[in-house]
Amino acid sequence: MRNTFAEAVYQAAKVDPRIYVVVADISPAGAITQFSKEWPERFINTGVAEQNMIGISAGLAMRGMRPFAYTIATFSIYRPFEMVRNDVCYQNLPVIIVGMGTGVVYSTLGSTHHAQEDIAVAGAIPNMRIIAPCDPAEVTDAVNYCARQEDGPVYLRLGKAGEPVVTENAEEPWEFGKIRYLQRGSDICVITHGSIVSRALELVDYLRAQGKSVSVISAHTLKPFDSEGIARALSAHKQAIVIEEHAPQGGLAALTKQAAWDGGVRCDLRCFTLKDEFIHCYGSHQDILAAHGLSLQALINGTG
Amino acid sequence: MTAEIVYGRNDFDANAAKQRCADLRRRVIELSQRVSALHIGGAFSCTEMIDCIFNGLMRDPQNPSIGDTFIISKGHSAIIQYVILESIGVLTPDDIAGYCTPGGILGVHPDIGNPGIAASTGSLGHGLAMSVGMALADKNTGVDRRMYVLLSDGELQEGSTWEAALFAPSRGLSNLIMFIDANDMQGLDRPSLAMPNLYPIGAKFEEFGWEAAEVDGHDSSAIFDAVTSRKGDRPFVLVGHTIKGKGVSFMEHVAMWHYRSPSPDEYAKAMDEIAESLK
Repeated sequence: MRNTFAEAVYQAAKVDPRIYVVVADISPAGAITQFSKEWPERFINTGVAEQNMIGISAGLAMRGMRPFAYTIATFSIYRPFEMVRNDVCYQNLPVIIVGMGTGVVYSTLGSTHHAQEDIAVAGAIPNMRIIAPCDPAEVTDAVNYCARQEDGPVYLRLGKAGEPVVTENAEEPWEFGKIRYLQRGSDICVITHGSIVSRALELVDYLRAQGKSVSVISAHTLKPFDSEGIARALSAHKQAIVIEEHAPQGGLAALTKQAAWDGGVRCDLRCFTLKDEFIHCYGSHQDILAAHGLSLQALINGTG
Repeated sequence: MTAEIVYGRNDFDANAAKQRCADLRRRVIELSQRVSALHIGGAFSCTEMIDCIFNGLMRDPQNPSIGDTFIISKGHSAIIQYVILESIGVLTPDDIAGYCTPGGILGVHPDIGNPGIAASTGSLGHGLAMSVGMALADKNTGVDRRMYVLLSDGELQEGSTWEAALFAPSRGLSNLIMFIDANDMQGLDRPSLAMPNLYPIGAKFEEFGWEAAEVDGHDSSAIFDAVTSRKGDRPFVLVGHTIKGKGVSFMEHVAMWHYRSPSPDEYAKAMDEIAESLK
């Protein structure tokens, strides 16, 4: 996702001189290096100063620019939280706050680098919108949307690198604010967002091997949340399974339950999220997902 | 004055400034009889500096969308900006009459989108970074606008202020002019006692790559001269040494006037004192 993000921003910047990339001492990935060479005045490195990264981004937007403030998610949303809230969201500025390496992708780095409650935090702020693409192709769609929109701030929640494209045969195009059916079935609906879509698809393969007809939904826009679309999806399937790499509070699982209640929908709903814990596991990404109860076997055990 | 840098005025009349500042203080005291939490003390400490910014330094302050820009980072003192904006016709008397009322547009802290208000502030330590971003955009796009931003000395205890202070000279933001209202009072203590190693303030900024000057922040001519004689090749900071509650004897150096409004008797006495100061 990281390199795709870089390429998409670079392409958008070619045609829009208002686009800036503001980073806080993070290595420019992929085409961002090219961006920094072609437009050094539009590539801003604030150093290890995330509050300044957000404040400067707000100032740029106040002068009509379109900044992407980009660093590791914990440092783009937690460290400068009040700048995100006041400078960007309160003033409703079109600043794109990009969180890279969300969830527990940075497994061995420990909880200081795990953005496991970032959707809840960002989603609580008025005016903020949240996009969590599930694969590199959705990253491109999301960046193109962010670069062109004039409405206000977006928190763009990215994985890390190497995620496969899983949406090339999607049933529907990407549309901001709408859930997206990647695959359609009739028995079970698997709803997810972000890079853990790969784990969700492993479960889908298992369920199909068991003879189930399965839908897969990318709920890429967490705010505004497509509550009506989710309620319809819940109504149309016997069982719904939410899988997300985020805390149980304030993310897709909580939003789906709220949508079910608000929509008056009753169904067999199974939610698999990160635990509400700081887990001291220093293995691989898969190891810490398993420690949070998000191994494939745990999902299989929980859906029977 | 450096010849190539043009400011709002070439001829700054100190006597006219004195009259304006007295009028502004009286206007604030008038308002104090209708609302509480005016933060009079901090408004009066920066009156001369903001007056100088609007009536001496800024180009085209009546047209905030195209002229130089001012941000009050110590947003709790916005009332003094409001009455200056009223005096130059950007805000109306009706706007001021609606201050802190349900139907009004003006609150204690400034809100972006209101006439003449470029940024929403109120939480300390935010104004400088936003100003840096705006100055950076102007510099990159070749727009000849200058950023003026006013901070309190208390804001110099915020780490975010120093993040921005360190960054600004690295991009050569000569279009950024910062004022420090050094009234040496904050909620719990005097900054100079609480954080003595901050002083002298100007030298700290010089170490960070700024051009700096320190003056009596109530001496309008000194303020104007210090800014207009800057070299203009880097960001500039003017440290104005001021008195919280300046202009009303019983408010001066008294922390309580951060929080309360004068009683009717105090109101009368304050108005008398300000009138007397003009004689």
